Amino acid sequence: MPVIEIAGKSVNVNDEGFLTEYDDWNEEIAKELAKNIEIEMTDAHWAIIRFLREDFKTQGETATTRRVQSTGGFPIKDQFALFPKKPGKKMSYIAGLPKPAGCV
Amino acid sequence: MSFIPNFDDDGNEGRKIAFICTKANLDMAYPALIMGNAALGEGVEVDIFFSFWGFDLIMKNRQDNLKFNPAGNTGMHLPGSDAHFPQSMSLLPGMTAMATWMLKREFDKLDVPPVSEFLDIITASGGRLWGCKLSADMYGVTEQDLREDVGGIITASDFIEIAKGAQVIFI
Repeated sequence: MPVIEIAGKSVNVNDEGFLTEYDDWNEEIAKELAKNIEIEMTDAHWAIIRFLREDFKTQGETATTRRVQSTGGFPIKDQFALFPKKPGKKMSYIAGLPKPAGCV
Repeated sequence: MSFIPNFDDDGNEGRKIAFICTKANLDMAYPALIMGNAALGEGVEVDIFFSFWGFDLIMKNRQDNLKFNPAGNTGMHLPGSDAHFPQSMSLLPGMTAMATWMLKREFDKLDVPPVSEFLDIITASGGRLWGCKLSADMYGVTEQDLREDVGGIITASDFIEIAKGAQVIFI
């Protein structure tokens, strides 16, 4: 697995650039990741990213857009507005988590 | 290597998938919902046209009361076994209720939402739902019987127009 430097910290990533170690992540890194995919972080973005981080801690897998709505309380419409076109993948990338694995 | 994922936002620009849902058996309701939802999450436009029995999926009073019965489905197995489900048992009293209950339980285990909630998710993600005019006339239903987010009751020609440039999947 490649190790690269983001926001002054060495992090493990996969070939696509997704972080592979939960504990490598911090909010400074998230800002850089967001910039990489042309997303400007606002409070609304952060709220979702923090939910994903917390949820992963208890569930051991990345929440799908449906779960971000049903458990996190962030409407799917908002997820599409904040992370356009591919919210599931973009949210997980910025949160330093694997892509959601579920079909639903 | 840059190690920045290429989400290829524009790669699916203009890509469209149109589903034609003609079945209301519980198992046959889901393929379009699952694939349509996945397509929307990939930035692909989705239209779903509900026709014939599939019309039940957008009827408020029917969409969460779909049924399943193994009759005619020789691919059905006894639970947890490679043995086939005997077709003669399909018509035993209560079999539809039991098979429906079992299938719903399996969906629940995998956190697959009921039809109504699934369609909520699809429209919230930008998917569009359409009812078939011939089916509406046949069933004697009006837009009042349908989910509020159905774009309209449209003719076959309307659908052909909507599906221009789309990949069409018939279920």
